[in-house]
Order: sequence, then C-alpha cells, then structure tokens
Amino acid sequence: MFRPIAFMVTLLLSSAPSWAANVTDFTLGNGMEVVVLEDHRAPAVVHMVWYKVGAADEPLGKSGIAHFLEHLLFKGTDELAAGELSATVSRNGGSDNAFTNWDYTAYFQRIAADRLELVMRMEADRMRDLQMTEDDVKTERDVVLEERNQRIDSEPGSLFQEQSRAAQYLNHPYGVPIIGWRHEIEKLNRADAFAFYQRYYAPNNAVLVVAGDVQPEEVRKLAETYYGPVVPTPDLPERIRPEEPPQLGERRIPFSDPRIAQPYVIRSYLAPERNSGDQVQAARLTMLAELLGGNGATSVLGKKLQFDTQLAVYASAYYDGVSVDKTTFGLIMVPTPGTSLQAAESALDEAVAEFLAEGVDSQQFERLKFQIKASQIYAEDDIQSLARLYGEGLTTGLTIADIEAWPDILLSVTEDEVLDAAREVFDKRNAVTGWLMPTASAEVMQ
Amino acid sequence: MIRLVLGLFILAFALPARAAVDIQTLTTPGGIDVWLVEEHSIPFIALEIRFKGGTSLDPAGKRGVVNLMTGLLEEGAGDLDSRGFSEAREALAASLEYRAFQDVIAISARFLTENREQAVALLKSSIMEPNFNQVDIDRVREQVLSGLRSDKTDPATIASQTFDAMAWGDHPYGSSGDGTEESVAALTRDDIAAAHRGAFARDRLFVSAVGDITAEELSALLDELFGDLPETGTPLASAANYQMTGGVTVVPFETPQSVAIFGHGSIKRDDPDYIAAFVLNEVFGGDGQDSRLMTEVREKRGLTYGVGTTLLPMDYGEMIIGQVKSDNSKISEAVKVIQDEWAKVEKDGITEEELNHSKTYLTGAYALRFDGNAPIARIMVGMQMIGLPPSYVTDRNDRVMEVTLEDIRRVAKRIYQPGNLRFVVVGQPQGLENTN
Repeated sequence: MFRPIAFMVTLLLSSAPSWAANVTDFTLGNGMEVVVLEDHRAPAVVHMVWYKVGAADEPLGKSGIAHFLEHLLFKGTDELAAGELSATVSRNGGSDNAFTNWDYTAYFQRIAADRLELVMRMEADRMRDLQMTEDDVKTERDVVLEERNQRIDSEPGSLFQEQSRAAQYLNHPYGVPIIGWRHEIEKLNRADAFAFYQRYYAPNNAVLVVAGDVQPEEVRKLAETYYGPVVPTPDLPERIRPEEPPQLGERRIPFSDPRIAQPYVIRSYLAPERNSGDQVQAARLTMLAELLGGNGATSVLGKKLQFDTQLAVYASAYYDGVSVDKTTFGLIMVPTPGTSLQAAESALDEAVAEFLAEGVDSQQFERLKFQIKASQIYAEDDIQSLARLYGEGLTTGLTIADIEAWPDILLSVTEDEVLDAAREVFDKRNAVTGWLMPTASAEVMQ
Repeated sequence: MIRLVLGLFILAFALPARAAVDIQTLTTPGGIDVWLVEEHSIPFIALEIRFKGGTSLDPAGKRGVVNLMTGLLEEGAGDLDSRGFSEAREALAASLEYRAFQDVIAISARFLTENREQAVALLKSSIMEPNFNQVDIDRVREQVLSGLRSDKTDPATIASQTFDAMAWGDHPYGSSGDGTEESVAALTRDDIAAAHRGAFARDRLFVSAVGDITAEELSALLDELFGDLPETGTPLASAANYQMTGGVTVVPFETPQSVAIFGHGSIKRDDPDYIAAFVLNEVFGGDGQDSRLMTEVREKRGLTYGVGTTLLPMDYGEMIIGQVKSDNSKISEAVKVIQDEWAKVEKDGITEEELNHSKTYLTGAYALRFDGNAPIARIMVGMQMIGLPPSYVTDRNDRVMEVTLEDIRRVAKRIYQPGNLRFVVVGQPQGLENTN
C-alpha cells in the first residue's frame, strides 16, 4: 500500500525473452544501426529512433539543451510545418512522443503496421532538416520551464534528487539534471540548439528499433530508402566524459522543505554499470538490489525493518545498470511515526550489516531466479517495453549479444558473489546520504 | 518528454478490439459469465476480476475501510501469514494485484501455465479467507496514513479533493476513498472483516481472461475460484447529486506552480449522446491529437506543459473535468483562455475538419489498444461492466463515423456549460480571486 516515491527505480528484472530468432539486426551504409523485433499478434508497429546523445553530452553551462532540442524536434522541417509530424501521426490513428536521458534521446511512434513508411519518412526528414523560428524557440522554452516547474520545483523529492546527484558526481556530467538548471534553461537559445543538433543528430549516431507486425526484409528496404541517404557526421568523437576523482569521504545532505510530509532517509553509492562483454558485476548488484528490496514482505530490508523491528513504513533498495558511465546503488528507508531519521539510518545500516553477516537466504535466491526465468515469458507479451530495452542497451554501449546474454548472466550469479558485490559497493566513502524533512530544525544531521 | 503522459484520468471509454480478437462469451456450469480470448503462443494467462461497489461501499464513519481491507488481501490468507503469502506468490512467479477504486475493486492476476492450479488456489485463498491479523492491519494502516499525510502537501491532490467535496458533498464521491487520518486510525478488525463480507459477491462479479487456456479449463478454474462466494453483498451506493456552481475557488498553498482542476456535471455512459460527446472532447481537450486546449494554452502561449479534459461517467454521477498546471504568474491567463475556449465550443461547436481528424484518429487508434494479454482482458472486463456486447468491438468505429456535425453542435450546447464551469486553483495564483 505504500505509494512509490518518484525516483524509485522498478522493473529491475526486465530482461529480453529467449526468442532471439525473432530479432534481426543490420547496419545501413551510412552507419545507422537497425534492430527489428517481430510480433505478429496485432497489426501494430512501434517505430523508434534513438540517438546516442543525452544530457551528459552537453557543453558546460548549457544544461538542458539535449532535452530542449527534443522539444524543438516537433517544430518542423523544410518539408513539415510545426506540429505537422504529430498531427499526421494522430490523423492516422497513431500516437507519438519522445524522451531524453543522460545517455540517449529517443523519438517514437505507435501506429498501424501499414503506416510504417509514413512515420519513417517523417522521422528521417527531421534527422537533418530541422527548422524552427525564434518565436517557436521562445514559446517552447516557456513550456520547458513549466515542465521543470511541474516535475522538479513542485516536487521536493525531485529537488532533493538533483542536489543528491550533484553531490554524487563532482566532476562527471551525470551530476547535472536532464531538464537543466533553471537559470541555464532560461538562457538557452536557437543557436545552441542548432549546434547540438547538427553535431549529434546523424545516422551514424542513431539506432532504429522497429517492433511489431513487420518483416525484417520490408523494414530493411524502407530504412534504406528513407534513412539510407541521410548524410553522416564525420569524425564523431568517442563518448569520453570527465571521470570522477576519488571520493574521500561520505557526503551528507540535510534537506528540508515544508512540503515534505513524510520524512525519509536515502543513500546512494557510486556503483559499476553494465559494459559490453563485462556485465557480471552489474548482474551481481541487480540480484543484490532484488534480495534487499524487491518485495516488502520477502526482501531483506522489508523483513528486518517493516516486519521485525517495525521501524519502517517502507524500506527498499534500487539499482539500474544500464548506463554509459558509473551508476548508483540506492537504499531508502521511510520511518514509522516516532522513529527519528537518526534511528532510521542506524537501523538501515544495521540491517545491511546483518545481511552481510547472515548471508543470502537460499530459498529467496531460488525464488528470485525462477522469477527471472518467468520474466522472459512475460516479456514476450510487451513488445513496446522490449523495444525500449534494446534501444537503451544499444545507446549505452551494449550489443545485442550483451542484451540477450543478460538473463543467463543473472541466473549464473552465486550467493557468495552477491555478498562480495555488496561488500564492495557499500562503502560510505562512495556515498551520498540525505535526510528529507519538513523543517531544518526537525532533526540535526550528524 | 515532449508531452505529458496523462495518468490522471481513468479511461472512461471502453475501446474496441483489433479485428483479430476472437471473444468467446461463456457461462460456466456454476453460472459465472466470462469473456475469453484464447492466446496459446505464450504460456501464461491474464485474469481480470472486478467487484462493483469499491470504496463507495464504505459505511458512514468508516471512510477508508474498503481501501484498507483491499490492501490486506495480500497480507496473509488461510495457513499463510503475510510473508508466507508473498513467498508463495514469488515461488510461482505470479502477479496478484488488488486495488480499490471508488466504484470497483479490481483484482489483476497473471500466472504461468505450468503452475496455474497453485496460483489460482493462492488467489482464491486471498479473496475468500484473508487473515486480517492485527499486526498486519497495523502495519498496512501506517502505510495508508503515510500516504494521507503526503496528500496534505500535494497541490494536485488538494485540488482534486477540494473539487470533489464541492461537487458531491456527503456522497462518497465527495471524499477520498483512502479515508482521513482520523477515520483510518479508528478502523477495527471487525470493521475490516465486515467490509470484506460485503464487498465480494456473485451479484457484482465481472471477469475476463486472455491467454494460454481453453474455454473448458477456464470454466473449471472459475467455478473453483468463485464457487464459495456469497450470492449478494452490501447494497450498492445511491445516485450522487452534483451540487457545485460555476466560478473560481483559490486554495492558498506555497508552491511555484499553481494546479487547477476544472469542470462541471456531464452525461451518463449509456446516454445516446455519449459517443458524440466523446468525439467532441477528443477535439477539445483529448490527448490523441493537438487538442484546442493544448494548442491555445501550450503551443501558442507557452503557459503550461500539459492541459487536458476528460469525460468521467462514474456509476453514480458524471462529470467533465480537466487539469492544468501553470506558473503562479501565468495561471490566471491559462484560466482565462480555458474559459474562453469553453464558451466558444459551446457556442460554435467544432469545424468539419476537426471532426474528421478526430474520427480518423479514434478509428485508427482502435487496434493499438490491444497490445498484450492483460490490456485485452482489462478492455473486455470494462465492456462487461458498462453493459456493452462483444459485437461492440466490430460496431464501435461505425458509431464514431456516424457522428455528424449536427450531433456535435447539439451535444456541445448540452455538454459545455460556461456558466457552471468551476476552477479550483491550488497555489499562489496572481490575479485570481475567489468568486461565489
């Protein structure tokens, strides 16, 4: 019954199904990678173009430009008027949207399978031929500021998360919010957006994912026709971002906002990510997060803190290994009324220490592995999530082989390996700990 | 994200199936009506179960009891305590979800073919013999109370609760089905057990299934699952009386961005004008294409990230409502633009071009809703609950196409009532005053 907190990551177990036979991939002459996922049960298709560029690739001082550009991609091209792409999609019974992350930016349409050519033609057009007026840019910047108002400034948990990431990443651009800092969004302009667009929106920096009631050969023909002629950006630089210096001490943030009605403690540790050919450590951390926080009644933290000591209304762990550079592993505890944040944090630390001493519950571990196997069956029923899984993987440095190997790597993790991974990741010198509370004087952070 | 994905509104319109969906309507030997789509290509089943009533069944003074009771169904049943139940569910890799809404309790189950019988036994136990142990009641109650405390500082929740209270008064629609801190704190095990006895009965059961199961197997499964249900339960709620007038209500709250909920009464789902009204709302404030409100409030003026409206035909009352969020310095302009558009559509309706675009969107989007076993099962159970026949699946697009500009003009005058339009604004809006 506990309502999820905005930034909690779920779906740790989402994994590709075992029917690799229905995945086809090839690369166009201009460097554009194409993946086709077949599902012929319904006459629909998802068409997605993923760019290997996101908020972590922005120039200094231009935070939010990747996301702002995502908005501007709907403002028209030499062939399409502002808004025409979306209007055309909806007039054909489809829907479209887009999203920006630190590592990628993606555009997608869902539409009847026989309209694939229509959306592909328009998407290919806006890869290189974007046009936008100064007026469009100004109005859309106001829209983005309202989006920031809504998503961040009206949500104290999101405001804290910005501060926490900024503290976690001193030097790496993951410390800058995707939507951008308000004072920098206010100054973004057409020239900034265009420079970013011309450099990064190119076929050799993009992945096309087409999923649904389509034949790979037909997709290849269409992709060669529409994306094939698009000119690549020469000499695209490798994605090498500034690295974090060694962290020498825990960073702590006491954060107060009168809108925080329910105080909580949250801690994130810097953690390794999934890398091509090297996903084992990430798999161990994924299993660790599931064991610690998967389900309130059966997870280690839920059992110890919600059931045994009854100090928590909610306790969990989270980890997402899909990332170009180092990611985070998180712990959260929402204390019961009458439990101080200090007591909550101590209980959380103690629960983790007990887990390391007691080891993994073998029965829980077996259940978890059975769930991973089952998730591959359930995944076949959700082609859009699957398309997203491939898009995320391929724009963060993984290959199709890596994505398909993931379930087996998860299943090969041993109990001892989980404990080793836990001992490595739970190092407070790599951590940011936050206390969220209604007033600054509610409690003094040690 | 370029556009907000509106999660705010319940999809109030049962949508038709792809042409390929083959709905079987069955009555089990035990007398349970069920709709089934067989889908044997993936070895699992999605089952959608509904019991009419929901939190509207809360007795006076016991607000929140149906919600708390529903939350406790997965906290131990039969021989299993709370942990034992969750462990059993994990061991089967089944998903069993229990949610209380204002008119219905929804149970969504997903389980593998290979352990179907065990999954159904666990599901049955949770519905028929939940333990309601005091220790679990107290723990889940704390979780509900934690949510209620957070509601008090959430502007969007304050706005919708204020709006509902003004619109529906003492009817259950006028308050949150989660209850209040006071009412939830006072609930006893007896209250919860009584709510359980009254909520689950054959006379309010609806069920659909999609997946790897035959009609015969499903019949046996349902007779086993529901064979012990009582015939009837707590009498359902009575009609609600919409009692709000037009105007503006400001609820002061310290936040940079104001939230406004707006709307007024509307028409029933079985009204002959409903489909025309649905098509009209799509043009005015729907999310399928660039609606009038999105064009005027966002695209032309940059006043918001998202604005939309929806028809909300609930079981005992009807509304058309919308939401917009805008900076405190801009919300008054957003309100003004929406008021003007409301008056304009009432007076002039929409253009033929807008009507045609909306028809092509709605009829084209029809196949896309059916993207998985559980979504198809949800659509079918929704159709059953509002009394639509399976043939609606094939007729629905024809009914949308039959809507004429004349229908739209007549319905626009009926649906949009500028004089009754009420805005509840939570924030520190500049240039907005309370009226009435």
